[in-house]
Amino acid sequence: MSVGISIKHAVKRYGQNTVIPDLSLEIQNGKLFTLLGPSGCGKTTLLRMIAGFNSIEGGTFSFNDRIINDMDPGKRNIGMVFQNYAIFPNMSVRKNVEFGLKHRSLSKEEIKQETDRFLNLVHVDQYADRMPDRLSGGQQQRVALARALVIKPDVLLMDEPLSNLDAKLRVEMRTVIKNIQRDVGITTVYVTHDQEEAMAISDEIAIMKAGVIHHCGKPKDIYQRPADLFVATFIGKSNLLKAKLFVTNGRCRVEFLNGYEAEFSNIRKEEHREREATVSARPEELLVHFGESAQPKDGIRGIVSDSMFLGLNTHYFVDLETGEKVEIIQESRIDSILPPGSPVLLTLNTMKANVFDADSTLSLMDGVENVAGPAASDQAGRN
Amino acid sequence: MGNLKKKADVWTAISFLLLALFLIFLLFPITQLLKESVYTNGAFSMDAFQKFFHQRYYYETIGHSTKIALSVTVVTLLLGIPFSYFYSFYQLRGKKIIFVLCLLCTMSAPFIGAYAWILLLGNSGLITQMLRSIGITGITIYGEKGIVFVQSLNLFPLVVIYMNGAFKDIDNSLMEAAESMNCKGVERFFRVVMTLTMPTILAAAMLVFMRSFADFGTPILIGRGYVTFPVLIYNQYLGENGADYHFAAAISVIAVLITALIFLLQKYATSRFKFTINALHPMEPQKPKRISGILMNLFCYLPIAVALLPQLYIINMSFRNYNNSVLRPGYSLVNYQKALDKSLVLSICNSLIISFATLAVIVLIAVLIAYLVVRRSNVLNHAIDTVSMLPYIMPGAVIGIAMIIAFSKKPFPLTGTLVIMVIALAIRRMPFTSRSATAAMMKVPISTEEAAISLGASKLSAFAHVTVPMMSNGIIAGAVLSWVSIITEMSSGIILYNNNTITLTIGTYESITAGIFGVAAVFATITTVFTIICLFIYLRFAKSDDDVKL
Repeated sequence: MSVGISIKHAVKRYGQNTVIPDLSLEIQNGKLFTLLGPSGCGKTTLLRMIAGFNSIEGGTFSFNDRIINDMDPGKRNIGMVFQNYAIFPNMSVRKNVEFGLKHRSLSKEEIKQETDRFLNLVHVDQYADRMPDRLSGGQQQRVALARALVIKPDVLLMDEPLSNLDAKLRVEMRTVIKNIQRDVGITTVYVTHDQEEAMAISDEIAIMKAGVIHHCGKPKDIYQRPADLFVATFIGKSNLLKAKLFVTNGRCRVEFLNGYEAEFSNIRKEEHREREATVSARPEELLVHFGESAQPKDGIRGIVSDSMFLGLNTHYFVDLETGEKVEIIQESRIDSILPPGSPVLLTLNTMKANVFDADSTLSLMDGVENVAGPAASDQAGRN
Repeated sequence: MGNLKKKADVWTAISFLLLALFLIFLLFPITQLLKESVYTNGAFSMDAFQKFFHQRYYYETIGHSTKIALSVTVVTLLLGIPFSYFYSFYQLRGKKIIFVLCLLCTMSAPFIGAYAWILLLGNSGLITQMLRSIGITGITIYGEKGIVFVQSLNLFPLVVIYMNGAFKDIDNSLMEAAESMNCKGVERFFRVVMTLTMPTILAAAMLVFMRSFADFGTPILIGRGYVTFPVLIYNQYLGENGADYHFAAAISVIAVLITALIFLLQKYATSRFKFTINALHPMEPQKPKRISGILMNLFCYLPIAVALLPQLYIINMSFRNYNNSVLRPGYSLVNYQKALDKSLVLSICNSLIISFATLAVIVLIAVLIAYLVVRRSNVLNHAIDTVSMLPYIMPGAVIGIAMIIAFSKKPFPLTGTLVIMVIALAIRRMPFTSRSATAAMMKVPISTEEAAISLGASKLSAFAHVTVPMMSNGIIAGAVLSWVSIITEMSSGIILYNNNTITLTIGTYESITAGIFGVAAVFATITTVFTIICLFIYLRFAKSDDDVKL
């Protein structure tokens, strides 16, 4: 039976070194929840605390209402998939999958039946009697998945399961994982440092840095309305532009270093006050105007320094008159690519771009959906 | 936010159990030995040390042992390093054979080599007589040079095996980089190859030194007047007026101080070469030019032949007709008949019982220590690990004396039993076995064990069903080498045995000293047969040559 996971005020210390200062998290039953962050952010540490392989220095971990802090890993009824697969090299594929079942009181027939079912599910049934060293990386990972799932765990924990696979297989396997997770309907905690992978498979993502969750929410919300500058730059590519926020008659204007002004209608009421700001614009949120005729009244001027043709899109690297550099993505056009040295005028898609307080780095926008709450972000801001 | 306490589990209990075992069977004998060396008639006294340093006959034994050990170390390095260089960097004929023969050399008991050379170059040896017939005299195996010769032949393959592993870790691109900077040939060998393998050279040198320093069989058989310290300890133990444990203990303490000093020097030297190398592109052996190729092959096959052929000669002699030490014409099985009367069967049984019992004990303990050190790194477990390494610097004769002193009276009256020989051998082999088990353990990823635990296996079950099988190749290879060295062990056994606990090696020694050369040849032959069996078992389990941990 799948469970929800609740973590309250978790603390992890290694000696004097605090890795996770105070972390709270709710993971809903049946969801695929991803811990995403740069290496060393504490995501694997947290996963191993849930699994029971790391000691817990503070706070409570519970599955549904059952506190599991002091429970042995073997008693928590978890399935775990490891980065290096951790297939037992001395046992055949079948023996690997059976391993967990043998530690439960099941009859021989039941063990065989269940093993077969899961070998089928991950499509390795034809290799059942092979030794693991004769399987490819992808096949080993499928075996690892079957072995973790066959014991009907309450929670499936996956620690960077795809990072040892090559790029193509990674894409294939993440679909496999996503589908199997949905079919089995098991609460899953997934650790990765690959943001694309996280976006592709997750119901919900927690972005971590230095043991603190900066943003926890749906992939779309995190991408479009990141809670702070770290999240904006970590998820996807963001151009950061220095600016000032002015409020006149309840309307917010943002003025860039060259004097270009853009009006933002979606800044939270309580944040309506003059201040230094940072505007984060995705490469597709900067609009390019070429030629003399179609110029809007105002914008930021720049010179194209380089371009990269990637088929569907063309990337331009532009040096702005403000001294800042930005990257822009345009759908490729049938005529020519702008040569280096071309002058361009940029304006902002103010519906999509985000404005952050320059000091706290927190978002000022309406519509930030962050389950982790601003408290966590506040703390991150101070760090 | 408490919860800092580490939960005590089954491994904590194992830690304490191991600690207790080491306290009783290792630290207790060592302290008894120390006490015996400075107490006489119940009072503190340094008289034994004074006696040792006042008589030339006594103190020069330490000088002899050190001199021999150093000479042997130098000779084996001079022979072993070029040998291995040719072996690793050039295509030689019958590489696999060279490697197997090298293994056989190191596995065979040094005193069997010594005995073979007595048969060849002794007073009435084959070669001696041939030389005498053409008028050449004065060439003899007895004395200092003979000991160095015999030990070097026995130990140089050890250097070869160590160096083969190190040369394999040298990346080809390093050699090419050196060559691109116009450093090649001999210059490259000294400036690049030697420097890169220095940690291994030092490790091999240390091992050779310890083995030579502690060797009892060779000096007692061919030393004649040239007394080394294990022989001196044995003589004190046998003393005409009963065993002089007090003096033997003092000599032991002095010997251990010297080995400890050498050990620390080696550690210091090694610490100056702290790096790890790992080859992505190992060297491709090159085809040597014709003349140098012949010379290289000669350089490799000649010493192996010199080391091994005499042992074949022993097998031949075991079938010759002997009348005590006088050779008669013709071949027969009469020596085997006599050997059977001389408790050959008992010796074989004892050797097998002792070796298997010892092996079971040390493999079990070594695997447990390896787990504790690698997975449960804490002060207690590191202390256990360090203590388990102590015997590395304790020559066999010293351990023998320590056992006798500690376990000849209550509460542990074990003298004269097989148990005490098992304990002594287990202690002697512990450092080697625990090192190879730890190395094997390091290669087992922790996640594999965690996978087992997360699937509901208990800690012990995960250890037994997942960890140990994954270590098994390394452990078995190490265990076979331990087995052969237990079978061929002599220096502690000679002190601990009696008529009921006689072993193959001691049987050989007894027959030689009694002058019944034919019977000795039989005992030596049987020992060699066991060695060869070990070699084949070993080759079956060692995956590659770099698994060799002697």
